[in-house]
Amino acid sequence: MKIIYRDEEWEIRSGMTTRDAIIKVGLDPDAVLAVREGKLINEDTILKKEDRVTLVAVVSGG
Amino acid sequence: MKCRKCGREAVINMHQHKLALCEKCFLEWVPERAQRTIEKHSMFGRDDRILVAVSGGKDSLALWDILHCLGYEVHGIHIELGIDGDGYSAKSLEKVAAFAKERGGLPFDVVDVKAEYGKSVPELARERKGRKVCSLCGLVKRHIMNRAAYSGGYSVIATGHNLDDEAAILFQNSLRWQVGYLARQAPVLPSIDPRLARKAKPLCLLYEREMAAYALVRGIDYIYDECPHSTGSKTLYYKQILNQLDRRSRGAKLHFYSSFVRAKKEQGLFQQQVQDLQLSKCERCGQPTTAPGLCAFCRLWEDRQ
Repeated sequence: MKIIYRDEEWEIRSGMTTRDAIIKVGLDPDAVLAVREGKLINEDTILKKEDRVTLVAVVSGG
Repeated sequence: MKCRKCGREAVINMHQHKLALCEKCFLEWVPERAQRTIEKHSMFGRDDRILVAVSGGKDSLALWDILHCLGYEVHGIHIELGIDGDGYSAKSLEKVAAFAKERGGLPFDVVDVKAEYGKSVPELARERKGRKVCSLCGLVKRHIMNRAAYSGGYSVIATGHNLDDEAAILFQNSLRWQVGYLARQAPVLPSIDPRLARKAKPLCLLYEREMAAYALVRGIDYIYDECPHSTGSKTLYYKQILNQLDRRSRGAKLHFYSSFVRAKKEQGLFQQQVQDLQLSKCERCGQPTTAPGLCAFCRLWEDRQ
């Protein structure tokens, strides 16, 4: 299962929640939003082996 | 996790409100919250002509989207600051133009600082060692927005400041009890001079996370990059501190800001600083200024000669 954030990518085991996956890659779950197949997913969503999840930073702009 | 309103799969869980919503309900909830904020603070009505400041970022584009969908008469203004790092300014304008075009040609104007005044904001900052880009940026934007509102006959300027922005500013100003700034921080600032339009922040009770989610779910293509000059900025640091606080005590950021607003309104805090403000007219541009002679904006260009 792949997690992408900016220009970094991580391959991690499936079966965990989005929240746990975000913490696993060293990010703050409140600081990012998770998008899978172009759709926003909530923090309790269980991620599957074939998932590619893009994380988007909450803070942006000046 | 299910949507609290309809039971469909939730896309966002807003701990601060103990509310999880699906995509459809969330897209209804955000504009409703903005509308309640507009009404609660008497920001503007359907008869007002509103100038909305659009940078190309998620908050300003979302605000433009929300106000347009709510049926307000809105006109955009984009200020081209000339921030070159990674083509930041150019990308920002592209996002604004694309957004307006996708929605059937929403009207907006572009004010190019370099073209109008001869120098971009970063160039101006480089000439003035000791003046940070951010403080010049704020001064330039406020001046241009005031002039545009006055010349265009707009009664209100709406900006996309969200709760995280407002709470960080409040926190920063509270650290040293900067009463002048605290007096002038509010969801809406009335017009105190014909050349100073009312200033409204319809998103001031919406978390930055909620705005980012709204932009994503709504399919708004915004500039994701942070401004290159914001690296290491204190505002970002204060946002992080307040986020830590909000994690420990959900809703703390909202209570911090909304309690401040209520205290000002109900107990008259900082009213004296507002009443003490004396304005005169800039000798060059005619805009109101607190100091005699030239306003701070005109002095920027005057000092170079």
